[in-house]
Amino acid sequence: MAQIIDMPKLSDTMTEGVLVKWLKKEGDAVKSGDMLAEVETDKATMELESFFDGTLVKIFAPAGSKVSIGAPLAAIGKAGETVEAPAAQTPPPAAEKKSAPAPAPAAPPPAKAAAPSAAPAAPAPPPAPTSAPLGGRIRISPLAKKLAVQKDIDPAYLTGSGPGGRIVRADILAAEKSPQGRLHTGPVQDDELVPVSNVRSIIARRLVESKTQIPHFYLEVEVDAGPLLELRARLNASLEKDGAKLSVNDFILKACAEALCRVPAVNCSWEASAQPAIRHHSAAHVSFAVAIDDGLITPVIRDTNSKSILVISNEARQLAKLAKDKKLKPDQFTGGTFCVSNLGMMGIERFSAIINPPNAAILAVGTTVAKPVVEDGAIVPGQRMSLTLSCDHRVVDGATGAQFLAALRELLEKPALLIF
Amino acid sequence: MPVISYREAINQALAEELERDPNVVLMGEEVGQFDGAYKVTEGLLARFGPRRVMDTPISEAGFIGAGIGASMLGIRPVMELMFWSFYSVAFDQVLNNAANVRYMSGGLINVPIVIRGPANGGTNVGATHSHTPENVCAAHPGVKVVCPATAYDAKGLLKSAIRDNDPVFFMENTILYNEKGEVPAEEYLIPLGSADVKRQGTDLTIVAYGRAVINSLKAAELLEAEHDLSVEVVDLRSIRPLDEETVLASVRKTHRVLLVEENKPFCGVGAQLSYIIQSKAFDDLDAPIKRVSAIDAPAIYSKPLEDEQLPNPQRIRNAALAML
Repeated sequence: MAQIIDMPKLSDTMTEGVLVKWLKKEGDAVKSGDMLAEVETDKATMELESFFDGTLVKIFAPAGSKVSIGAPLAAIGKAGETVEAPAAQTPPPAAEKKSAPAPAPAAPPPAKAAAPSAAPAAPAPPPAPTSAPLGGRIRISPLAKKLAVQKDIDPAYLTGSGPGGRIVRADILAAEKSPQGRLHTGPVQDDELVPVSNVRSIIARRLVESKTQIPHFYLEVEVDAGPLLELRARLNASLEKDGAKLSVNDFILKACAEALCRVPAVNCSWEASAQPAIRHHSAAHVSFAVAIDDGLITPVIRDTNSKSILVISNEARQLAKLAKDKKLKPDQFTGGTFCVSNLGMMGIERFSAIINPPNAAILAVGTTVAKPVVEDGAIVPGQRMSLTLSCDHRVVDGATGAQFLAALRELLEKPALLIF
Repeated sequence: MPVISYREAINQALAEELERDPNVVLMGEEVGQFDGAYKVTEGLLARFGPRRVMDTPISEAGFIGAGIGASMLGIRPVMELMFWSFYSVAFDQVLNNAANVRYMSGGLINVPIVIRGPANGGTNVGATHSHTPENVCAAHPGVKVVCPATAYDAKGLLKSAIRDNDPVFFMENTILYNEKGEVPAEEYLIPLGSADVKRQGTDLTIVAYGRAVINSLKAAELLEAEHDLSVEVVDLRSIRPLDEETVLASVRKTHRVLLVEENKPFCGVGAQLSYIIQSKAFDDLDAPIKRVSAIDAPAIYSKPLEDEQLPNPQRIRNAALAML
């Protein structure tokens, strides 16, 4: 009797997963512990492990298909065994039946009543009909193409003057001389409806929940980043031989953990129920936002408060890489108690972030700007960094938030405190 | 410098080589007593006698075969075809025997024969007398194919052809026979396989050979006068061996190339040139390679239509403008 492999629940918010790629094919021998497939959840792409020995006799969910939790993915049995796709726990909606006999239709179970917020497990919509690309291939002569590469000019932004609108050498040379030549005159992009990924739809749902249910308010300070930059430069100079390098963000993560220790009222979560309560967290697990393809994710540094900057730095670097590769495990991106979003490296001076539930606050960090500041009545050059704290007013009041920012400011302006 | 006609230049080349080398002989229909159907061999019988200048029966396969046999034994025959259109009567001799003897003999036997005569349309002589077989001939390894456009080139190339140890097919043009040009009095040779830039330019390269060079030069004048365009004209002079370097150097200079030939387009010389240019100078091209050739039909007997069938300066000009 073959064992049926179902779509597992790989994160606490997962309702369905996308079978990205099969790592084994029908007929392959499989051992317990072998990786069978890659599955994309709302948070990450994970490998699906086999708990059985045998032969992969049947694949029910083809690569690329969206499969609800509990629906069959494959069967492992004896070589040559024939297996029917098992019926789902409850009959699928009638609408599902009329679909043509796909290679291996995974009968989707109905959305569970207990998960009302989850989108119904509808089959992936067919790709929206797209209009033929307006531009299509760029008409460009071989010589012009070569010149464009040499001169780093994107021919997509040019209008060709050659026969039939072909971009020719003269157009590249003209574009090089005139910046207007680089202006785009064609369509912005193809007119099409693009279905969103799991990651994108979960971001959309959670941020709408956050911004509509949490009463946000914002506090902003500007700190003197001069001492921090100076200390970082000195530490990096001596760390260079070990191949280590501290980022400004590493200091901020450490400073936030320390400030949360000093003002623990921010290290809390609102728990809505019949009897509302505020959960106080015993450790500061600081998470940080990482931009990934088609979204962002917030890996967590556990027990940030008890880790040194160097440990935090190494962990943050590893987590960011895992995040970009979509290899984070659920415990690496859940359970944070405070979040940092830093757009400083992208030149943003200041911004307000949306709270990442169930955190009570999120810190938005801007870039360090050189500007005049008044010090003892005199105008002197300064290195200023803007910090904006978004607070959940159900948990954190203005005064509490201000205390937290004051602690953060002291730690960042006297950064030696962070390396004790 | 003396100014003489294309016909006189060929006549001089023949006379000089007959004078220089006693193994050089002329054979063909009416080359002797009639002074040549187009008077190219005028006066040569009288000057060199019937052992050097021989009239033949109307039998291309026979006399070309005789010439090939003689050439294998050390004679340097210069055979006249009244029209190159008649080469097909002697196809086996021309392209099976002459082309292959050196190879088949392991290099022991050369065939130093020249076959010459007019190969052109545009004279209202009908489809069977208007063939331009330079592409067919050049498709055969072992032969050389030369198509001179001017009196100067005709003389220098023919003298090289007569001294060459391989079969050289020398394709003249009846419309050019009366065209005059400067030809030095002193002796000179033009090596086979060297193209000539007949006109310098920067905007477009025209590659042509034979009378197409003359029409291309006229088109270049029109383009300069009417559109201030600077057109370079490369004269291949010899189709095989082919001077790729001169062609490619010009393409790399102007980045656009128009190929002009009086031959039919299908499997023509321009087809081979297009392949070579895109293969070796793709990244230098700023426009697709274009061709102007004869319109793909048997030579049209109606004179006004035939004038349009062949590349004329207006057709070449219009094709060039479409590329710029």
